[in-house]
Amino acid sequence: MKLPSRSVLSNPWAIGLILPVTAAILYEAAAHLGYVEARLLPPPSRIAETLWSLAVTGELWTHIAATMLRLAVGFVLGAVAGILLGALTGASPTASRLLDPTVQALRAIPSLAWVPLFILWLGIFEASKIALIAIGVFFPVYLGVMAAIGNIDRKIVEVGRAFRLSPQALTRRVLLPAVLPDCVVSLRSGLGLGFMFVVAAELMGASEGLGFLLLDGQQLGKPDQILAAIFAFAVLGKICDGALVAAFRPMLRWQDSFAQSVSPSAAAPIASPPLPAH
Amino acid sequence: MLQLESLSKSFAPNVAALADVSLDVTPGELVALVGSSGCGKTTLLRLVAGLDSPTRGAVALDGEPIRAPHPAIGVVFQEPRLLPWLNIAQNVGFGLMDRSAAERENRVDAALLRVGLAGYGGRWPRELSGGQAQRVSIIRALVTEPKVLLMDEPFSALDALTRASLHDHLIGLWEAQRPTLLLVTHDVEEAVALADRAIVMQPRPGRVFADIALDLPRPRDRLSPAFTEAKRVILAALDGSLEAPSPRQKAKHASGAWW
Repeated sequence: MKLPSRSVLSNPWAIGLILPVTAAILYEAAAHLGYVEARLLPPPSRIAETLWSLAVTGELWTHIAATMLRLAVGFVLGAVAGILLGALTGASPTASRLLDPTVQALRAIPSLAWVPLFILWLGIFEASKIALIAIGVFFPVYLGVMAAIGNIDRKIVEVGRAFRLSPQALTRRVLLPAVLPDCVVSLRSGLGLGFMFVVAAELMGASEGLGFLLLDGQQLGKPDQILAAIFAFAVLGKICDGALVAAFRPMLRWQDSFAQSVSPSAAAPIASPPLPAH
Repeated sequence: MLQLESLSKSFAPNVAALADVSLDVTPGELVALVGSSGCGKTTLLRLVAGLDSPTRGAVALDGEPIRAPHPAIGVVFQEPRLLPWLNIAQNVGFGLMDRSAAERENRVDAALLRVGLAGYGGRWPRELSGGQAQRVSIIRALVTEPKVLLMDEPFSALDALTRASLHDHLIGLWEAQRPTLLLVTHDVEEAVALADRAIVMQPRPGRVFADIALDLPRPRDRLSPAFTEAKRVILAALDGSLEAPSPRQKAKHASGAWW
């Protein structure tokens, strides 16, 4: 047996695919050989078939669009509120003493506990769903931004002072670049929670959306439809996270250089000037 | 001319970090502030930089009082403190944002060349060794052509060989630009290798203990008898600075146990 060539193994994409593809093949085989009950645990081929039929009828895209629209609006609202409030409490000790205890108390409430109240206040349609998603996104972003500002290296800020930067220039040239990496991480965890809460919101009752497909599949006994929706969530989640990372990549290139120099597989020979002695 | 006039700094009431330090530094002079830890060297430097304000007294550069960071005063910290998100060229040009892009590029390239880092402009700070990063930090302070350069133990984190090579770089830069240079150090050899004058400080509270002229010819030979003798004089002064009673204790002795 010949091992896959080095170039395939060293490709991080290929490595990441080994586990799920192997699992899918084994599962497919087990289902065909009758080791698992295909009606409740449909094999990958059935899930793909369902996904395909949903896609050609256009149904899938309607559901995806509905889910993504809710998520987008909720994410933007929650992220903007989290960034603004996190920046305020991170930058001002007074604001932190005034606001942070309350925000932390609210954070201690499981977000789903708000659902009945939101439905009473905002109705059963979009507003209550978006409010729930926004709440879910808000807390990790708030915490992340606040911590990022608190963690700014005072010594670096002092360099800005020594060069007499105006407050605006200090913000633009020192503070923002310093907090950006942590902020991107908090936005990513906020996005993850956004996905969690969009499902929760749609399970509460929706006439369209991937969450509706989940619920519909449960009620009509269609596990393949449930798994198809779950698969769609996985793909969408990965795409959104990847898009978020890609959007900030140009500003975080200086971190990439570190990852590359550490990870041996990605280390390319860089044409470098000869190192002079100190 | 840089003038320090009876500078005092207390961080808490009755805890004086610096008491009544007066010093005149002539333009282009290279002065080393030497002392054991806790004698207020760094505090003094931060006051001159305008990063902290004195409890009493004043700093003046050519008659102009310094109360905040000043364009004619550059600072090099103990750590390189490069901005990790800027490449080396951008770090060096950090204080040149008000100049044209072409001028900035020329100055940055010339400065990198001078300290043996030509071709490093596109690198990131984390790719540099400690000695390289500190060289970048020194030229970052010097490209704006300040009249005064303040250095706070800039070589203390480096190994002896790197330190000696950075001494040569620093002297080269200083001779080319001739800024007034105030260097804080706890390394007596460093003071003798570099300075025209060593100010030995005394701790608790920080004061000037001795002002020692070092008129050895440059380039300095670290093995020459004159070099060794100068080191001995400074070391003796340092010993003296630790033994001498502080004025407060002297007063106590004089008045007996007043309580």
